[in-house]
Amino acid sequence: MAKHHVSVTLNGEPTEFLCSTRQTLLDVLRDELNLTGSKEGCASGDCGACSVTVDGRLVCSCLVLGAECEGKSIETIEGMADGEKLHPLQQTFLEEAALQCGICTPGVLVAAKSLLERNNNPTETEVRYWLAGNLCRCTGYDKIIRAVMKTAAEMRGGA
Amino acid sequence: MAADKPLYKWVGTRTIRPDGHDKVTGRAKFGSDFSLSGMIHGRVLRSPHAHAKIKSINTSAAEKLPGVRAVITSKDFADQPSELAAAGEAMVNYKDMVRNVMAREKALYDGHAVAAVAATTVEIAEAALELIKVDYEVLPHVIDVDDAMQPGSPILDDTMVPVGMDAKGPTNIAKRVEFTLGDAAKGFAAADVVIERSYKTAAVHQGYIEPHAVVSSVSEDGQAQIWCCTQGQFMVRTFTAKLCGMPVSSIRVTPSEIGGGFGGKTVVYLEPLATMLSKKAGKPVKMIMSREEVFRASGPTSAGSMTYKIGAKKNGTITAVEAEIKLLAGAFPGSPVQPACMCAVAPYDIKNVHLVGYDVVVNRPKVAAYRAPGAPISAFGAESIIDELAKELGMDPLELRLKNAAKTGTKAAYGPTFRNIGYVETVKGAMAHPHYKAPLGPNQGRGVASGFWFNIGGESSATVNINEDGTAVVISGNPDIGGSRASLAMMAAEELGIDYNKVRPIVADTASVGYNFLTGGSRVTFATGLAVVEAARDAVRQLCERAAKIWEVDAEGVIWDDGHAKPASTNVGEFEPLSLAQLAAQAAKTGGPICGHNAQNVQGAGPGFATHICDVEVDPETGHVTVLRYTAIQDVGRAIHPSYVEGQIQGGAAQGIGWALNEEYIYNAKGRLDNPGFLDYRIPVASDLPMIDAVIVEVPNDRHPYGVRGVGEVPIVPPMAAVANAIESATGVRMEALPMSPPRVLAALDAARPKQAAE
Amino acid sequence: MQSVQFEAPKTVDEAVALLAGAKGNARVLAGGTDLLVQLRAHIIDPSLIVDIKKIDETRSFKKNRDGSYTIGAAYAGAEATERDDITKDWPGVVEGWDLIGSTQIQGRASLGGNLCNASPAADSVPAMVAAGMTANIAGPKGRRTIPVEDIAVGPGKTSLAKGEFVVSFNLPARPKGGGDAYLRLIPRTEMDIAVVGCGVALVLDANGTVTSAKVSLGAVAPTVLVVKDAAKAIIGTKLDDAAMAKLDAACQAAAKPISDKRGTVEYRTKIAGVLARRAAKIAADRARSQ
Repeated sequence: MAKHHVSVTLNGEPTEFLCSTRQTLLDVLRDELNLTGSKEGCASGDCGACSVTVDGRLVCSCLVLGAECEGKSIETIEGMADGEKLHPLQQTFLEEAALQCGICTPGVLVAAKSLLERNNNPTETEVRYWLAGNLCRCTGYDKIIRAVMKTAAEMRGGA
Repeated sequence: MAADKPLYKWVGTRTIRPDGHDKVTGRAKFGSDFSLSGMIHGRVLRSPHAHAKIKSINTSAAEKLPGVRAVITSKDFADQPSELAAAGEAMVNYKDMVRNVMAREKALYDGHAVAAVAATTVEIAEAALELIKVDYEVLPHVIDVDDAMQPGSPILDDTMVPVGMDAKGPTNIAKRVEFTLGDAAKGFAAADVVIERSYKTAAVHQGYIEPHAVVSSVSEDGQAQIWCCTQGQFMVRTFTAKLCGMPVSSIRVTPSEIGGGFGGKTVVYLEPLATMLSKKAGKPVKMIMSREEVFRASGPTSAGSMTYKIGAKKNGTITAVEAEIKLLAGAFPGSPVQPACMCAVAPYDIKNVHLVGYDVVVNRPKVAAYRAPGAPISAFGAESIIDELAKELGMDPLELRLKNAAKTGTKAAYGPTFRNIGYVETVKGAMAHPHYKAPLGPNQGRGVASGFWFNIGGESSATVNINEDGTAVVISGNPDIGGSRASLAMMAAEELGIDYNKVRPIVADTASVGYNFLTGGSRVTFATGLAVVEAARDAVRQLCERAAKIWEVDAEGVIWDDGHAKPASTNVGEFEPLSLAQLAAQAAKTGGPICGHNAQNVQGAGPGFATHICDVEVDPETGHVTVLRYTAIQDVGRAIHPSYVEGQIQGGAAQGIGWALNEEYIYNAKGRLDNPGFLDYRIPVASDLPMIDAVIVEVPNDRHPYGVRGVGEVPIVPPMAAVANAIESATGVRMEALPMSPPRVLAALDAARPKQAAE
Repeated sequence: MQSVQFEAPKTVDEAVALLAGAKGNARVLAGGTDLLVQLRAHIIDPSLIVDIKKIDETRSFKKNRDGSYTIGAAYAGAEATERDDITKDWPGVVEGWDLIGSTQIQGRASLGGNLCNASPAADSVPAMVAAGMTANIAGPKGRRTIPVEDIAVGPGKTSLAKGEFVVSFNLPARPKGGGDAYLRLIPRTEMDIAVVGCGVALVLDANGTVTSAKVSLGAVAPTVLVVKDAAKAIIGTKLDDAAMAKLDAACQAAAKPISDKRGTVEYRTKIAGVLARRAAKIAADRARSQ
């Protein structure tokens, strides 16, 4: 059957794409729009490497159909920095060495940003449960959790 | 010598990693992120049977499907003779490798590749797989290592002749190894206490988040380019050349960023298939494993079954250890049973040791290296029985370890005499840590355990190019799996005396740098680091020569200090120091480009030791174990970049905790893997873990200019026993098998309750 | 593998017409967190996917004047957690609903999807059942309302006829002295499928005596169970040790689990009793603190 013509706002820009019914939002981002920052680690919603927000809600883009996204606003890792200026989370992740191989990092950052937008003063437990769907096999999560909490503190201080 | 300097400018600081920005913005290209124009897509048909004879494969219907460009089976790969090659810390046999990438006579495990298709879309390739008809004769299978050693077990390869032992008739035992120090019988005779126990560990997967991915493009002239996520681009080149019958010079492999490996990406799976498909189709071929394929077909590490016997004097002196360690290798020989035996009691100075190991084939995927291959398995047994010994003797478990600790000059059971090592320092560090004395609540317990790994050196090449503006490029050939670019650049900056941010480290393809053994064995910062240091020193030597030329003095009269060429003494003459940038700007006039090189087979890896402390709480009604607090103390030689050293320690400990508590391969009655996904293959999630306190101990390796020891592998060795010992401390119940998942822990608690009530 | 038609109707009637008229296998898409996994793994091969989220009724959430709630079938757990009303009135319902998977899943997973996927281990269902929720179904023959526990009839199977789908749910007003709770046992702390799940809703009188109760178990039978004997064991008691022991025994007796990769018969049976006791205690504490 014919492909679906879908119009979205992607990282603030009006964007159109064509997709088949079976293509997920992740497939669309990676294969149709060449935005490979969102990663596929499992294709079943278990690893979180494909995390994006749709209308401000954190989701796994592997569990969203491209065809569902008509009219939606989508934010990906590629939209996180403001031009050359990194988002505070990105900067803190670099300073705190909160990444090793880096494959989970885009998803973790998108998820952490979504947390801090809702809760600017999360406890360690809240950060850990919020990020429980973002698997990281390298770091043991320690430096990730610290970086998120440190960024939250800095953003509160700067506000 | 740089090592004699009291202070370093860069080494030991926490710099921003050179690849960091690309990795926090999504710009970094990992294995599946790479594409070529005209590219087609490959998929693999895999055996649904654990053990089956392949009577025939009919691919004609698949070939006729519109959009299909190539179909391959084992017939497309020439058979290989039995010949061993190094892959990471293990050896592989080309005869087995060609059969593992594509089943020939038999399918030997659920998920074994049987055929592959390349088509214009993934959907067409998948549809074509359904059209391939494979006529299987299903055979009885064997999954468990102990079962596979029993008489009457299904035999995987009836032509296999075991190494190191005699066998009457066909066997699944591929090899027997033995290590003897002193006289174990005498040691036990002298003991006041003797304990004997059996332990089992489950097979676990490395669990990297990035599935295997490759793009291979073979031109009409036979030249191939491969882009893939791997721990060793040179390994991919060697193995692909061998299996595809191509000269090494015709293959150029570019490593992508790598999304985790932990040993699992030290072998080839897709690369020869994509290359053969590309050759047949005349198009670039991209292949990506699904997560299910990663679990079913790529290497987990061995499951183990072992028996330990330990004897000691009342004062705690361990007089003898005897162990039999059986590791499953998967479908082809090559479990890490040898290092498992060698590492078993390496932290201790024991005069009488007798260790026997068996390498056993079963109907599971061929194991691949996983972080200190073999050592975590044998250490689970050794560190558990030492804990039992401490309890029996009424000794503090760290005191017992300290009393028997290996030191500089100790002869290890596996052969060598240790040079400078830091095991004692890790035990003392644990004793002194506030964690060890912190109070515990109800249902809570504390365990400790130690671990050892050799670490390796190996073939390493590096180039340091001095640029005309005073910056430098460091070219080496090891995929950066967790911050090695940063550590290499820091050592180069230290040597050159220039700002770290003026040093750009590059991970080169196989055509752009000399040979490098793969990223594994905790070798990169140590061995490739050594090559980088030597290459930088070569560049410095050339810089001094240029200064000598400008000053018209002998080169010996020039020294390099803080990024400047200076006269060695006033006897040489009075000259203003020349900076690296000044010399670089004049390079064309003083002799041309300044390029430092080094290539060597690095020796002198410093062994690594660690001691971990773990607190748990056990829910007595559900058997659920919560890790409350975790401290890992490790001798790292010297931490070049402390943050990434801590990260290795924390990550290794977390993987070990996963191995301890919930990770396992679950096979059903038909020998099919029942949990090939992250839903039921349960690696730790963020909410499962506490902060992991990584305590760095620095006993420098005297055979590295900066004292580096490998750090990446040791931290996964102690956790399983540390957790088991903590559970015993919390409940009085000894878990002798992994994983210590809630159903198993509750069953053990329930079984012990009548006995505990009676006491 | 066939090509799939995709439709996103804006009205219930259009959705019913599409589902009723579909040739082959039609699937309803709400949050998609089960559907997309099954689609990708080739477990299902539908000819039509109907996204119901453009229908206002499936995405609405309303607290009615009488204190009851009408909840759209595609309303997500994360959305419910962010509300003050239902989290105070029915914390157990929200717990079950918002425990499904990760934060990412919780942002999409819906009560309708979790129920109609008909997994015996569905986290949201035991608490929904305990709370006495009903489902409003639309279909070719019009609308009907049935108890939540009557939807699933076996793993992956529902009582819905062709063309029918769940549009919304009714959640009763929280009774005076009422409290509810949902607990599950998973090997990790998040991300797992429940090995056992237990929902308890109860009402206490001024003396702390249980006057009514409903106890529901997940993952111990082909469908989520309502354990009447468990409710009987605690009604008329103050949840003293003897009542708790009876509750435990009733749940163990009702459990008819299987052994699989997530747990054994023996383990699931024991845990059913443990969770029931613990959930009852939490529900009672909540009832008292109201």
